Amino acid sequence: MSDPRLADLDVIILDYGAGNLRSVVRAVERVGARPDVASVPAALDEADVVILPGVGAAADTMHNLRQRQLVEPIHEYLAADRPFLGVCMGLQALMTVSEEGGEHACLDVLEGRVVRLPEGRKIPHMGWNRVEQRRRTPLFDGIPDGAHFYFVHSYYCDMAEPEDVVAVADYGAEVTAVVQRGKLAATQFHPEKSGAYGLRIYRNFLIEHSANGVSR
Amino acid sequence: MLTKRIIACFDVDAGRVVKGISFVELRDAGDPVELATLYDHEGIDELVFLDITASHENRNTVVDMVRRTADRVFIPFTVGGGLRSDDDMRLMLESGADKITINTAAVERPDLISEGAQRFGSQCIVVAIDARTEPDGSMQVYTHGGRRPTGIDAIEWATEVVERGAGEIMLTSMNTDGHQDGYDIPLTRAVSDAVSVPVIASGGAGNAQHMIDAITEGQADAVLAASIFHFGTHPILDVKRQMQAAGIPMRMEHADYDDVL
Repeated sequence: MSDPRLADLDVIILDYGAGNLRSVVRAVERVGARPDVASVPAALDEADVVILPGVGAAADTMHNLRQRQLVEPIHEYLAADRPFLGVCMGLQALMTVSEEGGEHACLDVLEGRVVRLPEGRKIPHMGWNRVEQRRRTPLFDGIPDGAHFYFVHSYYCDMAEPEDVVAVADYGAEVTAVVQRGKLAATQFHPEKSGAYGLRIYRNFLIEHSANGVSR
Repeated sequence: MLTKRIIACFDVDAGRVVKGISFVELRDAGDPVELATLYDHEGIDELVFLDITASHENRNTVVDMVRRTADRVFIPFTVGGGLRSDDDMRLMLESGADKITINTAAVERPDLISEGAQRFGSQCIVVAIDARTEPDGSMQVYTHGGRRPTGIDAIEWATEVVERGAGEIMLTSMNTDGHQDGYDIPLTRAVSDAVSVPVIASGGAGNAQHMIDAITEGQADAVLAASIFHFGTHPILDVKRQMQAAGIPMRMEHADYDDVL
């Protein structure tokens, strides 16, 4: 099942104590790559692709990233525009500030606030929602506009720069579903739990950046 | 638009899928991981595994099932049955489950809900409530597989579990469970209206119309079924088509992994 284009790609899945990484590891393996799980800052030096997964609360995530001294390395990695995929909390942690459980400063890579979903619907926003693609990017190769992806969250990213938002979902508010800026991509939904199209997100991201890896 | 979910439930005894008919008779319907893979392929939205094995020596069998499922199935799945501590929960989550569900243990020690939510996040804590509408019209919580009355009001308990951090409620009616004659609409509606989190209706699914009723009249966010899928009488996609035709938003794509990858 290994893909020759991905065989030599150094994929690092960041483990900062957020719990279950197994499904992300398995998804990346299923599309043909061989990821390593790492929690030390040095792991980012050699990585071709870094994946930041995560569930839970923003405050805990930031605390864990700080405790493992990953904040600066992530900033440096992203400043160099190297391939980075954030998933769920891995998207929210990139924002300026999260309002979850008080005001918490986040990584401030993407400008904007993480705010509570509007009242009037069941929270968390849990289940398969239709994702509207605003821009066709290579991340969506083989994925029809309007395909459904699995969401679980109570807060969402209110982006100050909407041009980075390449896909949205409707849940009372227009929920930022996918953000892309340079070689940074991040999803609010869980591609590893979104069936075949979810796996296709991982595959597309890795293949897009495997070419870069070869030409570098 | 957020779709309504169809969730297939597997009762698992010593590693094999069974389904209780009114929690008494058991019929064997196969290997849980094989079934999970098949259902994922056919478009099921989510899966629940309930370990009903009496003995705790069975824990390794459950862990093995969870790991094998996580290896092959890329949709969310929940594991429950006999989880009594946050270490039990962690074992399942680390083995690859997305959520855990607790029932009797939560009634006996409600702090278990808060502890789990704090440690793992509300999104992975599903509290299962077995309730019966009594002859006087009250709705009472039952434990121990629906055998033991607790004297606790179902609506009050539902409200409490959400306050304690449950991210979802799996609501089974002891009146309708096993009869394939439709979900308990008044109970489902009462609980769904009372809480802010999603409610999964369970117990009584016999056909697509029952699921439509649970969602439109019962205000359920998801419907759970077992028997009607396990014996192949109601293909998942057929059921989804009927629900969609009734105006319910459904995820209709059931893309094949090999085709898409």
